[in-house]
Amino acid sequence: MLDRDQVLHVAALAQLELSEEEVTRMAAELSKVLDHIEKIRELDLEGVAPTSHVVDVVNALRADEPRPSLSAEVALRSAPEPLAGGFGVPTPGAAG
Amino acid sequence: MSGLIDLGGAGAAALVRAGDLDPRELFDAYRARAASNELNAFTWVAADTPADGVYGQAPLGGVPVAVKDLFCTEGVPSQSGSRILEGYRPPYTATVVSKLTAAGAPLLGKTNQDEFAMGSSNENSGFGPVLNPWDRNRVPGGSSGGSAAAVAAGLAPWAIGTDTGGSIRQPAALCGIVGLKPTYGACSRYGMIAFASSLDQAGPLTRDVTDAALLFSEMVGRDPCDSTSVAFPGPIDLPSAEHLRGIRLGVPEELTGADGGIEPGVRASFEAVLALAEGLGALVEPCRLPHAPHALSAYYLIAPAEASANLARFDGVRYGLRVAGTGDLDSMYSATRAAGFGAEVKRRIMLGTYALSSGYYDAYYGTAQKVRTKIAEDFRTAFDRFDFVVTPTSPWSAFELGAKTEDPLTMYLNDFCTVPMSLAGIPAVSIPSGFSDGLPVGFQLAGPAFSENRLLDAAHALERAIGFEGSGARG
Repeated sequence: MLDRDQVLHVAALAQLELSEEEVTRMAAELSKVLDHIEKIRELDLEGVAPTSHVVDVVNALRADEPRPSLSAEVALRSAPEPLAGGFGVPTPGAAG
Repeated sequence: MSGLIDLGGAGAAALVRAGDLDPRELFDAYRARAASNELNAFTWVAADTPADGVYGQAPLGGVPVAVKDLFCTEGVPSQSGSRILEGYRPPYTATVVSKLTAAGAPLLGKTNQDEFAMGSSNENSGFGPVLNPWDRNRVPGGSSGGSAAAVAAGLAPWAIGTDTGGSIRQPAALCGIVGLKPTYGACSRYGMIAFASSLDQAGPLTRDVTDAALLFSEMVGRDPCDSTSVAFPGPIDLPSAEHLRGIRLGVPEELTGADGGIEPGVRASFEAVLALAEGLGALVEPCRLPHAPHALSAYYLIAPAEASANLARFDGVRYGLRVAGTGDLDSMYSATRAAGFGAEVKRRIMLGTYALSSGYYDAYYGTAQKVRTKIAEDFRTAFDRFDFVVTPTSPWSAFELGAKTEDPLTMYLNDFCTVPMSLAGIPAVSIPSGFSDGLPVGFQLAGPAFSENRLLDAAHALERAIGFEGSGARG
């Protein structure tokens, strides 16, 4: 069960602004989904190794050789605020 | 023109290679149909016909391919169905798309999809839902619904999509076409806008199994740009089997019993195909996948967890939408994401962030990863006795627009039969098995990792015996 404070905490972690209506709806919907998911915690998984990846590949390495890459101009072409050869952003902590 | 459209991908490619068909004529015919786009299947259609002469002897013969929106294509809108990427034109092209172009399949257009591939009905697209060509009041499935509808309706000869928990197989089933989710790692993920990196896999959506094999044969391969990709052991062959003698098919009770909510028409079609399989010489027996009923729960922790990390990149800095907020950096991030993401994407980001958050990580994410281990073990055990595991692809046929949008959990049940294979990383193919109340139904076969050649051969034999008639959707 997720309450309003937990929803707001998770939304802050996810950098997601939610409206009041979304907070209410999210608490109900996520609680319902989590209630269903909870069942897996009843399984006996003692000693089972977790799987993070299904392919048996360990450390795919390659020679560290320079290759052509995107130019700064091309990389910045889709940016909302290209600035002096970089990505412009608002000042952290600036009051609105 | 209808004659051209009735050619499958492989059939058209063969005619081009024989010098009996001008690939420009074929491209123009499909471009006109794609541009008419009454199903909202395309988000972009190519304006120019490719130059003459380059495709004559290429393996794919100049037969154009429709590509799911989330594959980055240089200079062409690639929005992953999201308003947060509206108008985004990437500076590079996904490996799979480059390979297909090089093999003689030029880009016909980009297909609509659920936002960031999160959905089973295409109703989560930021650009409006795709309509099912068999009944325009119904969904095409998702998330590769645009690709599936385009192929079924003959707006494209063939298409590619991606499958994370069923996003190729389920829309293929609901639209009456073939969809292959390959072994994880068989196709490069480079240039695919990521949803859940340990599950995402590209694959073909086609009118028949032969087309799927041909398209897939040009998609596979290790890519230095995707370190999780692996070299496929040997070439992909075109399927030729006409019988199933000696093939053992396992029917998992856990996925085909009463718990899956399989609708009667889907069950009847499934059982009819099992009878056909026996007629072709297959041995059909029950098998066990004891942890499969928990696959959906594990999936809806693992996939959102990975998504919450992958979607952190959409922050209004490097590409896509930016909303100023109240003027500082954090406010810009959260206001941009609030405005750009749709409801389902927000839900999954929240679920994934929660599952990874301090104090809950072991209980949720860690537990789900252990369940994933057990599910993969279940399949390995089943494949000791059986060549393939078979299930209905989706518990139900295409449902009406809006029928399942109110309850996320009901929508998630679409993936009941497809998610276990995704978690195990094994290949699975959906083929049309017949109709339920006039709507197509899919039959799923799954095999061990890298068994695609055998899997497509068996699917080919069944496809011949079933004799599904898909021309009804091409109008």
